[in-house]
Amino acid sequence: MAKATFRIWRGDSGGGELVEYPAEVSEGMVVLDAVHRIQAEAANDLAVRWNCKAGKCGSCSAEVNGQPRLMCMTRLSDLPLEQPVEIRPMKAFPPIRDLVTDVSHNFEAKKRIKKFKPRKPDAPDGTWRVDQADVDRVQEFRKCIECFLCQNVCHVLREHHLHEQFIGPRLLVYAAALEMHPLDTEDRLRDLKNAHGIGYCNITKCCTKVCPEGITITDNAIIPLKERVVDEFYDPLGKLFRAFRK
Amino acid sequence: MSDFPRFEYDVLVIGAGGAGLRAAIEASAAGARVGVVCKSLLGKAHTVMAEGGIAAALGNVDDRDGWRVHFADTMRGGQYVNQPRMAEIHAKEAPERVRELEAWGALFDRTPDGRILQRNFGGHRYPRLAHVGDRTGLELIRTLQDHGIHQGIRFHMEHTVTTLMLDGGRVAGAFGYEREKGRFLIFAAKAVVIATGGIGRAYSVTSNSWEYTGDGQTLAYDAGAELIDMEFVQFHPTGMVWPPSVRGILVTEGVRGEGGVLRNREGRRFMFDDIPENYRTQTADTEEEGWRYCQGDKNARRPPELLTRDHVARCIVREVKEGRGSPHGGVFLDISWIRERMPNSEEHIRRKLPSMYHQFKELAGIDITKEPMEVGPTTHYMMGGVRVDPESQMSNVPGLFAAGECAAGLHGANRLGGNSLSDLLVFGKLAGEHAARFARENGEARLDEAALAATAKDLLSPLDRQGQPSVEGPYAIQHDLQTMMQDLVGIVRRGPEMERALDELGKLSERATRVAAPGNREYNPGWHTALDLHNLLTVSQAITLSAIERKESRGAQFRDDFPDKDEAFGRINVSIRKGADGRMEVSREPVPELSPDQAAVIEEMK
Repeated sequence: MAKATFRIWRGDSGGGELVEYPAEVSEGMVVLDAVHRIQAEAANDLAVRWNCKAGKCGSCSAEVNGQPRLMCMTRLSDLPLEQPVEIRPMKAFPPIRDLVTDVSHNFEAKKRIKKFKPRKPDAPDGTWRVDQADVDRVQEFRKCIECFLCQNVCHVLREHHLHEQFIGPRLLVYAAALEMHPLDTEDRLRDLKNAHGIGYCNITKCCTKVCPEGITITDNAIIPLKERVVDEFYDPLGKLFRAFRK
Repeated sequence: MSDFPRFEYDVLVIGAGGAGLRAAIEASAAGARVGVVCKSLLGKAHTVMAEGGIAAALGNVDDRDGWRVHFADTMRGGQYVNQPRMAEIHAKEAPERVRELEAWGALFDRTPDGRILQRNFGGHRYPRLAHVGDRTGLELIRTLQDHGIHQGIRFHMEHTVTTLMLDGGRVAGAFGYEREKGRFLIFAAKAVVIATGGIGRAYSVTSNSWEYTGDGQTLAYDAGAELIDMEFVQFHPTGMVWPPSVRGILVTEGVRGEGGVLRNREGRRFMFDDIPENYRTQTADTEEEGWRYCQGDKNARRPPELLTRDHVARCIVREVKEGRGSPHGGVFLDISWIRERMPNSEEHIRRKLPSMYHQFKELAGIDITKEPMEVGPTTHYMMGGVRVDPESQMSNVPGLFAAGECAAGLHGANRLGGNSLSDLLVFGKLAGEHAARFARENGEARLDEAALAATAKDLLSPLDRQGQPSVEGPYAIQHDLQTMMQDLVGIVRRGPEMERALDELGKLSERATRVAAPGNREYNPGWHTALDLHNLLTVSQAITLSAIERKESRGAQFRDDFPDKDEAFGRINVSIRKGADGRMEVSREPVPELSPDQAAVIEEMK
């Protein structure tokens, strides 16, 4: 069995450092397996979040050799093992302990987005008729596993710490899923413009690059929302048209 | 009064998977103050892993379906040791629970006329599973989560309950710790709903995450509740087997529902070789007929790959044992073959099974649209658990309710795929409703906080033992427990081996009294693992004792020394309780009689 070296950030909100652990690696192992092996053998108190180990729950987000990744979907065979593998917690969130960070901001921000409000049912039995094409369109957004890697790399949050002013890419995807939901009737455009700070996004597409679900966050979610906001609030012809219609 | 921070609720829900969230939503809607405690972050519970779909007799794809068929299928799948009233309520209420999800924002795949699409699954006579590709669980948990956060429910994420508190015989609240700082907390509650899921971590090959350590079953047992059916552990026939690090990760039954076939190394579809008598009339005679079934031909019968999970798992074990397995100790599951039958099959597979495609591509380097997968059984689901009243979901401990996987009764000896998500919703709702009512009708309970100082001290003992002589770490004990249960109380069981398992459990319990966790109280998984050992040991003992007691083979329980069904055991449930002396007691309880109506439905559907 081959050996590799792992340098894992150990610490808490007061600070920390990279600690080196050697570990045996075998065929097919992912980074999370190595972390578990180290936890079982050398550092029982090594803090890490995980659940499904199959890229479905979005718990084990971290920065592996500087790349934001799900540890359970990062195979060791894809990393240069002749040098140490460096594993750090997500930088955009306050550290709690070791690889675990405080992601509560994301849960708080979600509560501020207006909830789903369906139109009246289409059929007398209280059900709706929906075209598969309309389902497919929002499926892209609904498959988000809330790993928060997009929030982690968004410079508005990571570098500028504007968590209060800007909900970030994950929650813009959530808002897009609601806004483009075939049954939804709620209007979130004013909130998107003001409370949710959609204007802060300047489309660098860092979020799209790191999404483990391959959601085209910027092009398919954020830009269409931005366009709707612009149409609603900044289009003089549209404004005139609406004024006459009223 | 103690110094522990204290929260007060009418209803405390332990667990935030589908059942816990649904219970919390219902209790809150009934006007109760509701708190939810969960070990992970919100939305990460095992429900998220459910793939294939949610069973409900909507009749959208085949209008011959209805609650009677669903009820009869569930009873047949459970080999008639289910609690029949639960199976009836489940079959009747599941459609409404699915439609309600849609009103809360869930989006399922559609039929051509825009209704909810339903797919085939093992043991279901008609296409019955509402689904979204192969990520139905994510859709379900996210819908409940996003609905629930607007209902005034308080969520305590990354908290663990270690002890239920009683007032006389009645539940009074719970005691536990928050993982972040390791502080202890009191949750005073008039009613408690346990919705903690399964026990998969008692085995070494499992589809379950670190959370599934039998917490709810143990909390209830320690509080005096009765457990039943604990011998029935479902081994899902298709888990990944290669590479070793992914062994056990689930491969959805949806692959077979979409036409995937099982083959041994000789290329033979071995499932045709052994079709149980009670499914013979419902099973295809030829490969051709099986394919037509998967394509929606109403006159075709289902392929044998879609027989119940217990049977398919055993057939796979047989193939492997007799030397016809795949290179890494499984068999082949092939969906790529459908290219012979349909143009653009690759796109079809990626659309119907996106997360399976992704999972095999990323973790095993296999393209399932082009080549077969290697699969083998994995510990998946606990049919047994807390015995509850079918109408209210209350256990024999007043004020203590249970719903979802940690409760027992619906599935009997074997759960049908898709019946779990519907179970969560139907009985989660009932538990929430009745817990709120119980809280309303029975005021505050008295909490004995004085006793908690000793409990807290006990919980801290693994940390206090650091550095002492003859201690050992929690992971080694957990690992040895898992290996032992896998070897001695696994898919194929024998009396003498299980007697040995009891001895081993005794030794492991002794080792657990000397478990030491390094580090401090802050987010320390070693400490948490040490505390979970009590639960794993308790449920492992319950499984082993129950499996010894049932001297027959039925559903998920296969006894090599009693390979046949025994009618006498078909009339009992094995029951587990904590005796007055603290020892685990086993007894046999009669399965509730079928009502005349239920009996008539079963007869009619035969």
